[in-house]
Amino acid sequence: MEDALLSVKNLSVVFKTTSGTVQAVDDVSFDVKEGEIFALVGESGCGKSTTAMSIMRLVPKNCTITGGQIIFRGKDLVKLKEKEMSSVRGKEIGMIFQNPLDSLNPVYPVGIQVSEAVLLDRVPRDEAWKKVVEIFKDVKIPDPAERVRSYPHELSGGMRQRVMIAMMLSRNPKLLIADEPTTALDVTIQAQILEIIKDLKDTFGTSILVITHDFGIVAELADRVAVMYAGKIVEIGSVLQIFEKPRHPYTQLLMEALPKITKKQGRLKTIPGSVPNLYELPAGCSFHPRCPKSMEICSKIAPQLKKAGEGHFFLCHREG
Amino acid sequence: MGAKFDVKVLTRNKVFLAGLIILFTVAVVAVFADAIAPHPYDEMNVSLALRAPQPQFPFGTDQYGRCVFSRVIYGTRIALGVGLVVVLVESLIGVTLGLLAGYYGKKFDKIVMFVTDLTWALPPLVMALAIVTMLGPSLINVVIAIAAVSWAQFARIVRAKTQALKNMPFVEAARAFGEGDLNIILRYILPNVLSPIIVLSTLSLPQAILSTTSLGFLGLGAQPPSPDWGLILSEGKNYIRQAPWISIFPGIALVYTVLGFNLLGEGLREILDPRLKL
Amino acid sequence: MSDLLEYAVRKLIIGAFVVFVVTVVLFCIMQLMPGDPIQLISNPRIPPEKIAELKKHWGLDKPVYVQYFYWLFHILQGDFGTSITTGQKVITLIKARLPYTLLLAGGSLIFQYIIAIPLGLMAAYKEHSIFDSMVVVSTIIFWSIPSFWLGILLILIFSLKLKLLPVSGYDGLSSLILPLMTATLPNLASTLRLTRSEVLEVLREKYVSTAYAKGLSEKRVLIFHVLRNALIPVTLMFFLYLPWTVGGAVIIETIFSWPGMGRLLWTAISSQDFPVVQGIIFIIAILTVVSNIAGDIITACLDPRIRAEIRGES
Repeated sequence: MEDALLSVKNLSVVFKTTSGTVQAVDDVSFDVKEGEIFALVGESGCGKSTTAMSIMRLVPKNCTITGGQIIFRGKDLVKLKEKEMSSVRGKEIGMIFQNPLDSLNPVYPVGIQVSEAVLLDRVPRDEAWKKVVEIFKDVKIPDPAERVRSYPHELSGGMRQRVMIAMMLSRNPKLLIADEPTTALDVTIQAQILEIIKDLKDTFGTSILVITHDFGIVAELADRVAVMYAGKIVEIGSVLQIFEKPRHPYTQLLMEALPKITKKQGRLKTIPGSVPNLYELPAGCSFHPRCPKSMEICSKIAPQLKKAGEGHFFLCHREG
Repeated sequence: MGAKFDVKVLTRNKVFLAGLIILFTVAVVAVFADAIAPHPYDEMNVSLALRAPQPQFPFGTDQYGRCVFSRVIYGTRIALGVGLVVVLVESLIGVTLGLLAGYYGKKFDKIVMFVTDLTWALPPLVMALAIVTMLGPSLINVVIAIAAVSWAQFARIVRAKTQALKNMPFVEAARAFGEGDLNIILRYILPNVLSPIIVLSTLSLPQAILSTTSLGFLGLGAQPPSPDWGLILSEGKNYIRQAPWISIFPGIALVYTVLGFNLLGEGLREILDPRLKL
Repeated sequence: MSDLLEYAVRKLIIGAFVVFVVTVVLFCIMQLMPGDPIQLISNPRIPPEKIAELKKHWGLDKPVYVQYFYWLFHILQGDFGTSITTGQKVITLIKARLPYTLLLAGGSLIFQYIIAIPLGLMAAYKEHSIFDSMVVVSTIIFWSIPSFWLGILLILIFSLKLKLLPVSGYDGLSSLILPLMTATLPNLASTLRLTRSEVLEVLREKYVSTAYAKGLSEKRVLIFHVLRNALIPVTLMFFLYLPWTVGGAVIIETIFSWPGMGRLLWTAISSQDFPVVQGIIFIIAILTVVSNIAGDIITACLDPRIRAEIRGES
């Protein structure tokens, strides 16, 4: 555990809405090590984004962290005051979001928005501007000296995501959280953005926490992965372990849903049933109504985490 | 989609509930005005002029010795009646034009939009003043003037919603099944624009009451001896030193009623269409 | 920038057309009024040769549509004829009164925005707090108070009970306070409400999370990112409210006998002094159109997306 940069321990997060309270994140624990890419995978609504936003302490107002710790370089982020937290954000942990149009302020040129981050490190104005152009080059934005003056709506989706990456890169954070970084982009652009993220890790040694619903991205990028379902981690391990032998039935289904180019499968498989309603979670194992291998005990008793190998755990009554 | 009326949801909204209770009392007063008011609203008795509030005249008397309390009670009928009629007229005009402009588009839409722009060429109060000047001061003319000024808001919102709905799959399906335009507008589009119409109507009603009483206050609306709250206040203003009660009580009744509608409308907006911009 | 100029010109053309329609309507009303238009625009004691001269001046010997253009030509030069009741030139009357109305309306708008913007920002930022609920409840209450009653109430309290301020008329700055309060409070409620809901909307935007994620301080995020965006619709509203406030001055000026254009309009309407009514309505129509155009252009300056749309259109 010595080399863990970020260590999330027993994190629980609750949402309060007019229709009641919801346990969005339930006793989640995982580590992100120095220099690794860690992926958090699951369907939308499984709590993976809430986990990421909790690390940044940017959860909406109706949402509270009710338990657990988020240890980052020896500090518990949950206990930090808002002021202390804002010196962690950007400087030590950066974050990029799903839709790069919504995540840039429409009324300022993108260069200004990136320089705003650079200026926080007490860099003189003209130097900051030069640095912005420099970083734009790093993320392979063509005509960087021109593009800094563009407004977000004048750029393509891929360019905007590069700007986001540039913005978060500008302060050299130790950890970058990427929440669905390629979801809103088309396939060729996706590949380019993933390439940039990988480069980032190699050149700057930044650790990366990727949030995604796409196992393809996991395979491409990640070293280790955790699978989330209904607020819980149901399986965690190295990418190799999980791709070789997924233990949890949910992971197995997600893997089967992957389009396989080698095997000539006719159509993409989808998982039967739908994402559970968090207001009325089923008793026992939350996944049992959709699980093809469910047994009688599954609807009664919640399973415990089981070890499948070195650093490989899963949450199921079966032996996998 | 469409208006959802769930008694539980409605009563859980405190703002809505407060508005409902206020309006219930106002409605009771309006309906039973004859039983509640101790005197007819136009019964003069100069020997009893400008008396302070007392058991016989709970809100005092005005310069002609009329019972202010009775006048305020009867005035409730005018306020509610005028408000309802104005909103009925303006929503009928606005919704019809908005539906047609949104559904048919093209030239008709351009004309309707230009006319709505024209109604905003002057501030609403000035426009209403101009119309009343043309038609002459009376309560009916005030109703016409205010409806003529404020239908445009209905038209604008209904038009925008209709444009969005027109290309929805369920409307296109209906068209594919050979349903007539009128049928599509009435059975597929109208039910889906109902919630903004309801919210807008509830919030326009207090505006209509405020506008009529304002014109009444300027002496351009209801004419004496009508117990219109605006008129009572404008008459009372001349006696503000000797008889402030004439100026106080009708105002309280007016604010109470308008507040009721505003609360009801805000509550409905929260329930039906929280993102509706007016 | 040239796109913006083209946009302004296009807006001006539409605005000119709207004003044109207003003049046609005003002219038609004058035609519909009982009696000879000359009787309406002149004093009955004027000798016959003078009337003949006036008839020529207004082109009354010509067909109606030609008369319209005669009339339009005159009002465009600021010649609205003379007041029936006082015999003074309408334009002189308006010129004397307009500054008072602008003082009242402008002052009220400025106060309104100075108070509403910080309060609205705070209320939205602390949504559902006690402060926020107080703001929401008081806006609904102030919304429901008609300005004419508020004015009466303020006179009762501050002038008659406390004897702090003059009841009416214009007698230095102290007589501005009550009319200004009356004009400000109800509109303050709507501006405050608008600011709050716009800020709430911006707070939900992803780019606000981005701003925090960069490491910006709370203050910087709120002012540089949240308020800057929320102010776009709030500014547009300022220019919409400007003519409305001038219109609303009719009531406030009447209550406080404020020597402004609104009171002039009211006396003119009550005494059927149509040339004066016409002149004032024409001035207000111009003010409305110009104010709306100013609003559109300033919003375009504040929002690059609108500029892009304008560029797309032209």
